[in-house]
Amino acid sequence: MSAASAPRTMLSGLLPLLGKRVASALLTLLLVSAVIFTVSGLLPGDAAQETLGQSATPEQVAALRHEIGLDRPALARYADWLAGMVRGDPGTSMVANMPVREIIAQRLPNSLMLAGFTALISVPLALAIGIASAVNRGGKLDRALNIMTLSMVAVPEFLVATLGVLVFSVKLLWLPSIALVSDTSTWGELIRSSTLPVLTLTVVVTAQMARMTRAAVADQLDRPYVEMAQLKGVRFSRVVLAHVMPNALGPIVNAVALSLSYLMGGAIIVETIFSFPGLASLMVNAVTSRDMPLLQACAMIFCTAYLLLVLTADVVAIMANPRLRAQ
Amino acid sequence: MSRWGGTLRALLRSGPLSGRIGLALVLFWFAAAVAGPWLAPHPVGAFVDRDVFGPMSARFWLGSDYLGRDVLSRLLWGARYTVLLALGAALLAGSCGTALALTAAVRGGWIDEALARAMDTLISIPSKIFALVLVAAFGSSLPLLLLISSVIYIPGNFRIARALATNLVGMDFVAVARARGEGAVHIALREVLPNMVQPLLADMGLRFVFIVLLLSGLSFLGLGVQPPYADLGSLVRENISGLTEGAPAIIMPALAIATLTVGANLLIDALGAGKGRR
Amino acid sequence: MTAPHIEVSGLTIEAGGRAIVNDVSFAIPRGQVTALIGESGSGKTTTALALMGHTRPGARISGGMIRIGDTRIDQLGEAGLTALRGRRVSYIAQSAAAAFNPSRTIMAQVIEPLLVHGLAGRKEAEVKAIALFRALALPSPESIGARYPHQLSGGQLQRLMAAMALITDPELVILDEPTTALDVTTQVDVLKLFKAAIAKSGASAIYVSHDLAVVAQMADRIAVLRYGVLHEEGPARTVLETPRDHYTRTLIAAARPVERPVAPETAGASAPLLSVEGVTAGYGAVRDGVPAVPVLRDVSFVLAPGATLGVIGESGSGKSTLARVIAGLLPRAEGSVHFGGVGLPAGLKGRSREQFRRVQLVFQNADTALNPAHSVATILSRPLAFYHGLKGAAARARVEELLDLIHLPRDIAGRPVRGLSGGQKQRINLARALAAGPDLLLCDEVTSALDTVVGAAILELIDDLRRRLGIATVFISHDISTVRAFCDQVLVLYGGRVVEQGSREGFASGRHHPYTRLLMDSVPEMHPGWLEHTGEGRAPALPGAPVGEELCRFLPRCPVAIAGRCDRTPAPLHRERDRQWLCHHDAAALAMKETV
Ligand SMILES: Nc1ncnc2c1ncn2[C@@H]1O[C@H](COP(=O)(O)OP(=O)(O)OP(=O)(O)O)[C@@H](O)[C@H]1O
Ligand code: SF4
Ligand SMILES: [Mg+2]
Repeated sequence: MSAASAPRTMLSGLLPLLGKRVASALLTLLLVSAVIFTVSGLLPGDAAQETLGQSATPEQVAALRHEIGLDRPALARYADWLAGMVRGDPGTSMVANMPVREIIAQRLPNSLMLAGFTALISVPLALAIGIASAVNRGGKLDRALNIMTLSMVAVPEFLVATLGVLVFSVKLLWLPSIALVSDTSTWGELIRSSTLPVLTLTVVVTAQMARMTRAAVADQLDRPYVEMAQLKGVRFSRVVLAHVMPNALGPIVNAVALSLSYLMGGAIIVETIFSFPGLASLMVNAVTSRDMPLLQACAMIFCTAYLLLVLTADVVAIMANPRLRAQ
Repeated sequence: MSRWGGTLRALLRSGPLSGRIGLALVLFWFAAAVAGPWLAPHPVGAFVDRDVFGPMSARFWLGSDYLGRDVLSRLLWGARYTVLLALGAALLAGSCGTALALTAAVRGGWIDEALARAMDTLISIPSKIFALVLVAAFGSSLPLLLLISSVIYIPGNFRIARALATNLVGMDFVAVARARGEGAVHIALREVLPNMVQPLLADMGLRFVFIVLLLSGLSFLGLGVQPPYADLGSLVRENISGLTEGAPAIIMPALAIATLTVGANLLIDALGAGKGRR
Repeated sequence: MTAPHIEVSGLTIEAGGRAIVNDVSFAIPRGQVTALIGESGSGKTTTALALMGHTRPGARISGGMIRIGDTRIDQLGEAGLTALRGRRVSYIAQSAAAAFNPSRTIMAQVIEPLLVHGLAGRKEAEVKAIALFRALALPSPESIGARYPHQLSGGQLQRLMAAMALITDPELVILDEPTTALDVTTQVDVLKLFKAAIAKSGASAIYVSHDLAVVAQMADRIAVLRYGVLHEEGPARTVLETPRDHYTRTLIAAARPVERPVAPETAGASAPLLSVEGVTAGYGAVRDGVPAVPVLRDVSFVLAPGATLGVIGESGSGKSTLARVIAGLLPRAEGSVHFGGVGLPAGLKGRSREQFRRVQLVFQNADTALNPAHSVATILSRPLAFYHGLKGAAARARVEELLDLIHLPRDIAGRPVRGLSGGQKQRINLARALAAGPDLLLCDEVTSALDTVVGAAILELIDDLRRRLGIATVFISHDISTVRAFCDQVLVLYGGRVVEQGSREGFASGRHHPYTRLLMDSVPEMHPGWLEHTGEGRAPALPGAPVGEELCRFLPRCPVAIAGRCDRTPAPLHRERDRQWLCHHDAAALAMKETV
């Protein structure tokens, strides 16, 4: 507990705690994989029958069942599937007739880019809005921002997207309404074609993040230590930056993580509208064509991304909080 | 319940304007969902306009759609599917989640741990992704959509209800009831539940909004309500080709969803204003 | 005559269209301490904060003059106030645990006033802080600044808060109930240090408190507030000894518990109603009869029908745990509890409805003990229906009788409990227990959440009812004078062990376990000057002694510990006819220590 040993205790205390969080996240991921496999691999009935159609003879069906391993016990099939996922080889797409892995490899960078650009704009924007309303809580600005963000979280993405297209592509002719991203695109083309998707996603995620930031900061501003700092003669701007922010950091990072995870999966509609070749629209195609291996792989990627983000937020929150850090 | 009614009255008397607007919008759409089909000027599937994507006119208040059907009539029918499906799913999710949460909180021990772990797992599957997986596996008939959207939102409701209930179970008045010899059912239903009603209703309202957005998103992708039925999301999808001309056939259903969800959000915010926001 | 250092005149503060401080005027001569005293909600804190030009959200200073030295606080702008706060006027908050920022080190927070006002560089400021830590008798003053608030005790934080307030050598220090959150034994030390530190700095001070005895020690002048109105103001001695105002007299009367007669024939003539034998209990998994977090250790006592047992001990000593163990809410890990001659099951499971009925619990905080979703009638009828099968008109009639019994109007029955005052709630809380028709009442700190005057009335009521109805009572309190005035038997808990117990007469013999002694010496008395004379020889005899599971728990703090014995072997139990104690000192030695 003494000052000299503080850094050491901090680290040695931190590692088991972090280890526990990582283990818990891995366990959740395992359970998630079981849910996804059960729902999409076991319950929907017979893939062989479906592939061959009603006219197939029972012998043909049985042969195919054997070929793709459907006649093996559920647990064994799950184990194989899971092993494949872990190895990074989620099988072959029956529809496209190529390895799922290759299909995903084409799409993933696009999704990451879309999420990255959006995060770059929306995170600072949301923090600014959230802090501004918390500091003015109860005031005119706060109420106006409240109504604004409240409406924005409730507006469906496709309304935002269609309005965007209507204004920027149809009326103003500034931006293309369809994103044509390919390997040969130049940076300029890339930016032009992703502008509308990025803008739409920004509108959608900023509001939620801003609201959670406001709640986190406002909660801290009402604590006695804030009044105490002001009574010590500390200027308000310094109170917010030096006293409040370190305490609000945990919940804010958590809000950011939740919103970013939304970016990965929630981009479904935006990707579809703008024909953006990302992972989410790939997953929609997999649903329509009932391409289960592809569907499962996409679902697992989204869930992993979610858990990774939440875990990161958790770790940041622990690092920011001396009480958790010291345990 | 009376407290909820009291809050509503207070809102009407002195609440913020935004809350009253929200209430009006929500009431409007609920009325449309109930009475819409009787009010619809034209049969829902009838091709009544020779023009497609016709503009707003005295005959077709909201224009006509890509097949020349009356947009207003289709909107009124669509609102019925959207509102009733979402309402049903929200109620189902709310009651299942709350019942499980009460069991977990009052019983404690391994039941609590198992339930919490299961719900934590389900909550780690982003809702839209989960919806896609479920639709891919089971299809999307109306009853299935209802079930799917409630299953997706049970864990969220469970988490909130459990936090509330665990808090309440730790309160002295529950200890008093236990020390009086009361059983688990009395404690859950008479001591704990009455104190959760207001936040739970607010939560259910938020979930209603999420479900409306989820269902219309699915329909927009062609994975939700299937023809011959059409909810508001389907209407947007089928008229997407009218986007380039800015046809009311696509703008109106999208606006309808937005006014419903924004209205519900404004209402919930205003009702919770006395407590949550300082 | 020079003008007084600080002057407040006609101060009025409004909130929600209502004056929460109304036309208050007083003055403080330089270097003196004025106490603001009153019940909760009387406007003490609001008045004190106004001297820093600060109001809580929703409130606003609407009139009056505030002067400190040559500065008119009421005329300063935001910049002027920021320059003044923490430099010329500083503030010590009620709960130091809440007032320190949880994620910054103590040192960073203590020296912040010097840094933000540009009065010193970091190095110089830290040197000054360490000197103050030393003066305030904080452990390891060199390194304590590197800690975070959660690593320190309430008493230490309170002293660190004083260091933070005094570091800029302010001319006015405002202390807002600085010891209310502390145990009485800690309070004495903190009060002494505060008094010395303020005297040394030469600052004037405002001391906000609801505790007259504490105020008598700290203040030169006393101002009595009620509902925002100043009732009386004058030199401390005058106000305490010859109060002019009626309300001041009520306050003083309520602060002195009146001794009750002992219940007749408690002397073991009848079979005991409750007998607790060797009970060990705590939280977490139980292994070999010992829980992971043991709270109570080997607790035994007996209680006759209709008698009262007072349980005292500091916060965390296990008082509430004892009540929960008897009620079955927390299953004991070891030992037995017999009630009416029959062994009670450890937990709730297996107890009969009749056993439940005969033992009733009354919790400390009526706000949380009454279900806010229910009305008074619902709350009172439930035990009537549950235990006695009373319904309809019969139940209604009984509810009215109960309300009469606790002196509340009958028409309160239909009201939700949310709108009731603290005192009314506590009465309902009591009535619910009485509705069962119990033989044993477990009262856990039933008055500590209430104002002195209201609390005194509740005590009065409990004492009256239990006598009339012949209910035995376990009365848990942290206030030794209340317990001594009310109870036939007294039991002292320290660190989960019974260190002393005896009948009231035995207890009055004057020979006490060293912890009881410390506790009794720490209760402030109403006359000024008590603080200076109390607690000679309070310092631990063996500081830094080991805390062994088997050794006396009081060893690290004990002023009369015996080296070679107390730190080696467990303390033996001494028994006399009407008392017993757990210590290496025998009766003769204890008697000797008394005279030291
Ligand atoms: N649920 C719990 N889990 C673990 N420890 C607990 C729990 N409840 C209480 N304790 C610990 O048990 C000890 C005794 O608590 P208890 O509430 O009986 O004290 P008390 O004497 O009534 O104090 P106070 O005067 O503050 O009410 C304390 O150290 C407390 O921290
Ligand atoms: S046993 Fe020793 S340490 Fe404990 S109280 Fe007695 S003298 Fe003090
Ligand atoms: Mg207690």
